[in-house]
Amino acid sequence: MLKEKRASDIERTLAKYPSKRSAVMPLLYIAQQEYGYCDDNAIREVAEILGLDPTEVKSIVGFYTMFYEEPTGQYVIEVCDDLPCALRGADEFVAHCERKLGVKAGQTTPDGKFTLRTVMCIAACDRAPVAQVNTEYRYSLTPESFDRMIDDLKG
Amino acid sequence: MDKHVLLRDLDVPNIRELAVYEANDGYAAWRKALTAMKPEEVIAVVKDAGLRGRGGAGFPAGLKWSFIPKDIFPKYVVVNGDESEAGTFKDHQLLDNNPHQVIEGTALCAYAVQANTAYIYLRGEFLEPSRTLQKAIDEAYAAGLLGKNILGTGYNLDIHIHLGAGAYICGEETALLSSLEGQLGQPRLRPPFPAVQGLYAKPTVINNVETLANVPPIVLNGAQWYRQFGTEKSPGTKIFCVSGRVNKPGNYELPLGQHTIRELIDMAGGTINNRPVKGVLPAGSSAPILPASALDTKLDYESMQAAGSLLGSASFVILDDTVDIVWAARKMIRFFKHESCGKCTPCREGTHWAMNLYDKIVSGQGSMKDIDMLAEVANSMAGKCFCLLGEFATSPILSTLKHFRPEYEKWVSQPRVTAGA
Repeated sequence: MLKEKRASDIERTLAKYPSKRSAVMPLLYIAQQEYGYCDDNAIREVAEILGLDPTEVKSIVGFYTMFYEEPTGQYVIEVCDDLPCALRGADEFVAHCERKLGVKAGQTTPDGKFTLRTVMCIAACDRAPVAQVNTEYRYSLTPESFDRMIDDLKG
Repeated sequence: MDKHVLLRDLDVPNIRELAVYEANDGYAAWRKALTAMKPEEVIAVVKDAGLRGRGGAGFPAGLKWSFIPKDIFPKYVVVNGDESEAGTFKDHQLLDNNPHQVIEGTALCAYAVQANTAYIYLRGEFLEPSRTLQKAIDEAYAAGLLGKNILGTGYNLDIHIHLGAGAYICGEETALLSSLEGQLGQPRLRPPFPAVQGLYAKPTVINNVETLANVPPIVLNGAQWYRQFGTEKSPGTKIFCVSGRVNKPGNYELPLGQHTIRELIDMAGGTINNRPVKGVLPAGSSAPILPASALDTKLDYESMQAAGSLLGSASFVILDDTVDIVWAARKMIRFFKHESCGKCTPCREGTHWAMNLYDKIVSGQGSMKDIDMLAEVANSMAGKCFCLLGEFATSPILSTLKHFRPEYEKWVSQPRVTAGA
């Protein structure tokens, strides 16, 4: 249970706000760190801590793109293919990522290692093509540096 | 401009560290305000400086602060670091490399309106910048610059970071407040304005990261010093994000109104392979495209408006003659369709139908009627959406049709099929 396992993080988070409900997003991040994604069980736990209806928490999960409703790969690779990046080759770059991983954007590799997603602008258009791996930036990527990164992550 | 006012990391290595920041005038404005200035004097100097909001709207910051009622407590300061406009990456650099200046500006704003709590709302993708910022906040607490009884003055201030989770709409100030309250990030009706009923229905100032980064140098050096940069109506310096088809994309801090778009492109190394510029998006996807004939427009709020666009967040996306305008407009509409929060019908449905039309056109199935239909969809959104997102979404359609209609006609008269269509 999150309540026990992450007690101090939850307490610290709740102390930041005069209203418990404000902690719903930070608590969903904590749940996602623990469970990998926000399933109904995680949603129920967060709802209970905050005194909310699980439906309300579920609507938050559904509204924001960074809360996952399904299990993901160990590494979620999110490549920006919005206009500024696409003007610097992002569409071709995404095609390369798909070939390297053998999956289409939106899919997870059969070994459960990588989920590839395309995302809207992530505020790093000066260093395109750009991606995030588990929300950490990887700037100025090339097909070669992407391949190296994947090989390294495979270990 | 011999030194940067905002991107000081370019002049002072490691200014992200408290010791280095303090050795370079860091927190001098904060000490000055707390020990020698009344809150209303801080508001007055920001007002006199003419600082305009850097998030896009350009509303005078000092004036905004002066709207906060004096007799209602608690009050809040909320910093908008949701930076999600396509082509915008200035707050990202400030947070990564000069976080103390953002913290000091936030603190000065809080003191000016007598708030004791500030929230810095960062987009969820800014997990790494949030760690840098939290480290800087922790340093400031440890040095007695934040927390209880700051510098022995009896003034208390807590600053908390709140991470969003991937929603462009949360850059809209009332949607941001809803999100911070744990609701869906959807905009609210105004009035009441946040200054009167903002976060938790209390008086709230919301300013952009870059806006607040301007405040320490203004408080330290005075309004007159600040006004040596920029124009009468657009004082100060501004960070211009340049991206797209240029050789050196990046952030360029310049005095407002002194340079032209053409000069900005030159500073960014010129276009790739020296191709001619076809169009410029001065505020990412959200402001009308300007054709090459507007390249001599000065970089300030009023000149950009006179040229038929907006300065907005000053995220200049440069398109050269190799770029297909219909392809670019489709990308922008895809963005708005994805980011529409679904609250109001014109935006939710309009972006959906506009996207369908773009897909039809670039898959070679379009007709002249579809081009007119695009304009019709955009016109039935304009002025009818709940917030600016829907209004912004009409820009890529209407402005590209206005300046580049023959490119649309070519798509329907000589159909081609492209990848990604």
